Amino acid sequence: MGEILLMKGNEALAEAIIRAGADAYFGYPITPQSEVMEYLAAAKPEERTGMVLLQAESELAAINMLYGAGATGKKVITSSSSPGISLMQEGISYMAGAEIPAVIVNVVRGGPGLGTIQPAQSDYFQATKGGGHGDYHLLVLAPNSVQEMADFVPLAFDLAFKYRNPVMILSDGLIGQMMEKVELFDPIPRWTDEYIREHHGSWATIGKTPDRERNIITSLDLVPERMEKHNLHLKEKYDQMEREEVRYEEISTEDAEYLFVAYGSSSRIAMKAVKLAREEGIKVGLLRPITLFPFPKKPLERLADQVKGILTVELSLGQMVEDVKLAVNCRIPVEHYGRVGGMIPTPEEVVEALKTKIINR
Amino acid sequence: MAKVKHHNIPLDQIIKPENIVFKRTKLFTDNVLSYCPGCGHGVAHRLILEVLEEMGIADKTIGIAPVGCSVLAYEFMDIDMQEAAHGRAPALATGIKRTNPDKFVFAYQGDGDLAAIGTAETIHTANRGENITVIFINNGIYGMTGGQMAPTTIYGMKTSTTPYGRDPKQMGHPLKITEIVAQLPGTCYVTRQAVHTPALVRKAKKAIRKAFEYQKQNKGLSFVEIVSNCNSGWKMTPVQAVKWLEENMLPYYPLGDLKDIGLD
Repeated sequence: MGEILLMKGNEALAEAIIRAGADAYFGYPITPQSEVMEYLAAAKPEERTGMVLLQAESELAAINMLYGAGATGKKVITSSSSPGISLMQEGISYMAGAEIPAVIVNVVRGGPGLGTIQPAQSDYFQATKGGGHGDYHLLVLAPNSVQEMADFVPLAFDLAFKYRNPVMILSDGLIGQMMEKVELFDPIPRWTDEYIREHHGSWATIGKTPDRERNIITSLDLVPERMEKHNLHLKEKYDQMEREEVRYEEISTEDAEYLFVAYGSSSRIAMKAVKLAREEGIKVGLLRPITLFPFPKKPLERLADQVKGILTVELSLGQMVEDVKLAVNCRIPVEHYGRVGGMIPTPEEVVEALKTKIINR
Repeated sequence: MAKVKHHNIPLDQIIKPENIVFKRTKLFTDNVLSYCPGCGHGVAHRLILEVLEEMGIADKTIGIAPVGCSVLAYEFMDIDMQEAAHGRAPALATGIKRTNPDKFVFAYQGDGDLAAIGTAETIHTANRGENITVIFINNGIYGMTGGQMAPTTIYGMKTSTTPYGRDPKQMGHPLKITEIVAQLPGTCYVTRQAVHTPALVRKAKKAIRKAFEYQKQNKGLSFVEIVSNCNSGWKMTPVQAVKWLEENMLPYYPLGDLKDIGLD
């Protein structure tokens, strides 16, 4: 068993970054995730593992530092919150195009604009549909506990390198700020230069040696035939993610007549709502997407044959609900319930919404 | 005095290693340069590559291409390279160098890239004293997009977005970014060069060599501005452009070292 501590989500994430063998963290302070860089600075990662920690002059610079370092085959990560992630979109689009592995953590706060520093899940579209310009996707992981804030860091690195694609950990202010028990995984050693040369030397820009052609990291190709081929190659990767990387959790779905779909902090509220509803005799279950892209379409297709209606619970005006509707193809009623602007629904409100929007519609 | 009769000397006696006074650096790829005839980019590329070859560091060097006319610089340089978003090359360079301190890293940027959209990255990367080299091509215009005003466009200069000449009341003043960079404690060597005469080419090469020597000694950021011409964007012949550069650009952007803290 690993070390067990009581930590904030943001702190668990920071500790996991060092333990995951990351080579560098580049970031810029923003609430509600400033604890990440503060924790890292206090933990002296340069002494513990040799990890680079650098506070950039902007999120724009931070994401481009990720681009440069990630393109040399290093394990690089940044974290920010909604307005900062918007600034990073340029770099994220370039990284997706240039196929640079990296991990980006969004501890979401309410928007639009400066919005609020309170939790929200209103960046779902931005995270799952590309976010920046061009046809691309990030692989998106949605933790719903402090434990997963830690565990998803090494997982995100594995996936980023498996696909040579940026991976986003889409958290929110609630998960980032709350404290829970967390069992920390044992430290993973940082990759050596020899390891990087052997495993990523075919593409990483680490200096051209006479035994190979030069490596070029670019998202540009002015020849349409080649650019189309590149775009189709990216599509292949997204298709492979759909086949191999869908992750989700089902709670009390075996006999369910109704279904909640919720991720991240909302899924914690929905878990309690399942209990409350069942105490009233309402057979409701929960499907929690863990990957938001790729989205768990197949389990939803299956459950659509079983349940009478679906209620999505999101801290937004209704974003993931669109993917749920697409997955069940309008075969059963699908409705959305959410609070926004930093407001968090109670489990009782969620049960009430199930009754009014689905059961008694 | 007897006349030398070349036609009497057999070719194999002329083409001998000891007679070679110039050759193309091996670090140029075989791709045809995309630059207009008369443009300074090709010369600047060659000087960088010659320096890398002479220092024997090509296999340890990562270059960064910008957005602008030199967006395709990676097509011509036979080294590992990254292509940056507009203005972000110094941030990429920071990321590369911080995680690969044993490598040589250079950012190759134009004036729009470095002194307009990328000003923040330029200033802060220099101010942090990153051990990288920046090669800055200043031709006072946006070449790639068709000759629009650049931050370095001089007073009265006509571009496609200042068709009646740059008026400082409306468009502000030509930015002497190199002078700003030289003020920052993180920089070790800041110089302004040009490549439109053979003598200046030799001087510019020495400056680029020195910039990489500074990087080798981890002294901080080394910065080489090259005042260049854009005859296509300026709507001139190459010869007119060189004359115009000397008469108009150089008085505002005088050549020479702005800072040189000294190599070990």
